Amino acid sequence: MAEQKANKSNKKRNRAIMRSAILSLLVIAIGYTIYNSVTAEDVEVLKAGDKAPDFALLDMEGNSHKLSDYEGEGVFLNFWGTWCAPCVKEMPAMDRQFQEYEDQGVNVLAVNIAQSDFEVQSFVDRFGLSFPVAIDKSKSVMTAYNIRPLPTTVLVNPEGEIQRIVTGEMTEEDIKGFMEEIRPQ
Amino acid sequence: MENLVCKCGHKNPPGTILCESCGRSLTEEEQSKKLADMRYEGTARRSQTYNKSIIDKIWNFFSSVKVGVGIIVVLLVAAAIGTILPQAQYVNVPVRNDATLQAYYADVYGEIGKIYYFLGLHDMYSSFWFITLVGLLAISLIVASLDRFVPLYRSLKNQRVLRHRSFMNKQRIYAEGQAPDDVLVKAEEKLKELKYNVTLDKNGLLAEKGRFSRWGPYVNHIGLIIFLSGVMLRMVPGFYVDETLWIREGETRAIPEAPGYYLESEKFTIETYSGEGDEELFEDALDRVGTVAKNYQTDIVLYQTPEESLPGATDEMEMMKEESIRVNQPLKFDGYAVYQMDYKLNELRAMTFDLTDKETDASLGTLTIDLVKPEDSYDLGNGSKVDLLGYYPDFSGFENGEPQTATPVPNNPGFLVRMYTPETPEGEVSFIVIQDTIEPLGENQYKLTFQSAETRHASGLTIRKDRTLPILGLGGLIFMIGVAQGMYFNHRRFWIQQQEGGTVLLAGHTNKNWFGLKKDLDQVSEYASLPVYTDQQEEVEKKEKLDKEQKVEGDELR
Repeated sequence: MAEQKANKSNKKRNRAIMRSAILSLLVIAIGYTIYNSVTAEDVEVLKAGDKAPDFALLDMEGNSHKLSDYEGEGVFLNFWGTWCAPCVKEMPAMDRQFQEYEDQGVNVLAVNIAQSDFEVQSFVDRFGLSFPVAIDKSKSVMTAYNIRPLPTTVLVNPEGEIQRIVTGEMTEEDIKGFMEEIRPQ
Repeated sequence: MENLVCKCGHKNPPGTILCESCGRSLTEEEQSKKLADMRYEGTARRSQTYNKSIIDKIWNFFSSVKVGVGIIVVLLVAAAIGTILPQAQYVNVPVRNDATLQAYYADVYGEIGKIYYFLGLHDMYSSFWFITLVGLLAISLIVASLDRFVPLYRSLKNQRVLRHRSFMNKQRIYAEGQAPDDVLVKAEEKLKELKYNVTLDKNGLLAEKGRFSRWGPYVNHIGLIIFLSGVMLRMVPGFYVDETLWIREGETRAIPEAPGYYLESEKFTIETYSGEGDEELFEDALDRVGTVAKNYQTDIVLYQTPEESLPGATDEMEMMKEESIRVNQPLKFDGYAVYQMDYKLNELRAMTFDLTDKETDASLGTLTIDLVKPEDSYDLGNGSKVDLLGYYPDFSGFENGEPQTATPVPNNPGFLVRMYTPETPEGEVSFIVIQDTIEPLGENQYKLTFQSAETRHASGLTIRKDRTLPILGLGGLIFMIGVAQGMYFNHRRFWIQQQEGGTVLLAGHTNKNWFGLKKDLDQVSEYASLPVYTDQQEEVEKKEKLDKEQKVEGDELR
């Protein structure tokens, strides 16, 4: 009789475990699906805290810039085009601040989106930009970073992580603050 | 709840209708019925038996068919409402964000559109509540199936040959009467011939055929679950890709969502039916409807960069394929398919000018500016050259004396040039846009005269990858197997029992197709001289009909 009782309570326990397991598995599956569907649009887009995707681009002077080579230093990654008025507006301010922070381990790389060498070079000459400017001819870096509106600035900290993503025009004040953020300590 | 002890001594779980061992009716309601309820073999639905902890209560909720059907009805109604107005993903707005979508629904559909958007119905199928409902349906399918399948499986696996008389005479097909002594032997012989599995026990015989038909509903539920999990996986990154890529002739572009792959467009072609030659047949139709497209085609080259290569570094890429993408003939690689979807014709690609003397119209030479790769300087020979000072692909006006461009696309190219000739070695500055020349630094002697333009086409391609297709296919296949299993096969059983004194009891049951069962039984009856059977269901129906008629007659008489 005692054995029977033990058997019965055993069975009951197993049943509870089994049912809880099946139900929780299904609830997790539903939760995961909802999570994915809600975040579907953000999944492709990078966010602060993510590892910055590595890339390699040639600048207008023919020097190669590989993001991972700058580990230990901050990278101010600015995506732009000559047709984008706010991009044009913030360039001189970026250049001034670059000269301030260059010696403190902050790099600026301005990535143009697939324009011609002529357009980009005449733009660089016009503003006398001192930081490297590269052209993403195949839009592959733009794709990797999922850049939609221009200008977009991706701030990469010395650890190689994305510190912040800024879309839209920045004031000189903003630029100074951002460079301060990614300056190696 | 306590176990139900049958008269035969067998302990049945609570909720059992027919004793698992002998088949006696266990409930009063069941006992009073003329025919036994054979659904799930009269076993207890497992969840009915225990209802104690919260988990058990949740489980029991989902185990109910009523709840399942309720969820299906709600889903159907919701899904139908979602089709009243187009879903957001199929709506055409220039810039896609919440504000423009809201405005679109309000503008196009008025009040209804506003409400539709407000309730979130414009993006219903990926809303959390819709997914939750589908998930609840999945839970209901799994729980309800388990609760019914397990007891049914056990009961059919352990079924006894000898059943109680009260079980036998409550079957729809029933006979009782005298039969020869060798009736069991003969019946066995014939039943085996008819491909029945026959089991003998003492004075009884059980013949069974097509038991697997009973698993049909459960198999088809498994298919549904697999199908649903495939749909679920679509939302997991990496399983489903649907992207658009615009590429112009001569351009090489990274393929979105396909890291390491690049596409170069060599040529875009659009062909229309001419109505001549072989196509004379279509002439009338073409006269009626105008131009009809015959082919949209993009000739492409697919490149791949080495695995360790980084975005931006395209110098090491290797050619993988050279192909023509046409409608319904996509480029396929590594699980991706690239389809021809759209096109834009005649975008400026190069412009040719003559350097001419404004007075005499005499030409000093020709230059062609490649808009994709403008050069700093164009030498025309004979001491003349043109320096390009600025290029503005989509000229939109001046700001602080500086020409502006609205987009990177050459819709309205503007050129700032300095022209040198032997007569004007200092150079003359001129700003040229289509059909206009501005001379910002005073009157010039020379000008650039537009001669001709080259254009190129752009292809709109769609990149798709769907790794869930095999899962959806498998789910669908299993579902269909389950349906066929349950629909086209029948589970038929006969019980024959020899009583003392030469009386024989006979009962028959099938889950469907009683006609087929009777045909089998007729053959066995004839061969083994079984007593004549009756279809008790028909009897009941006949009696009910008769009662009704009599009642009507009675009413009329009154």
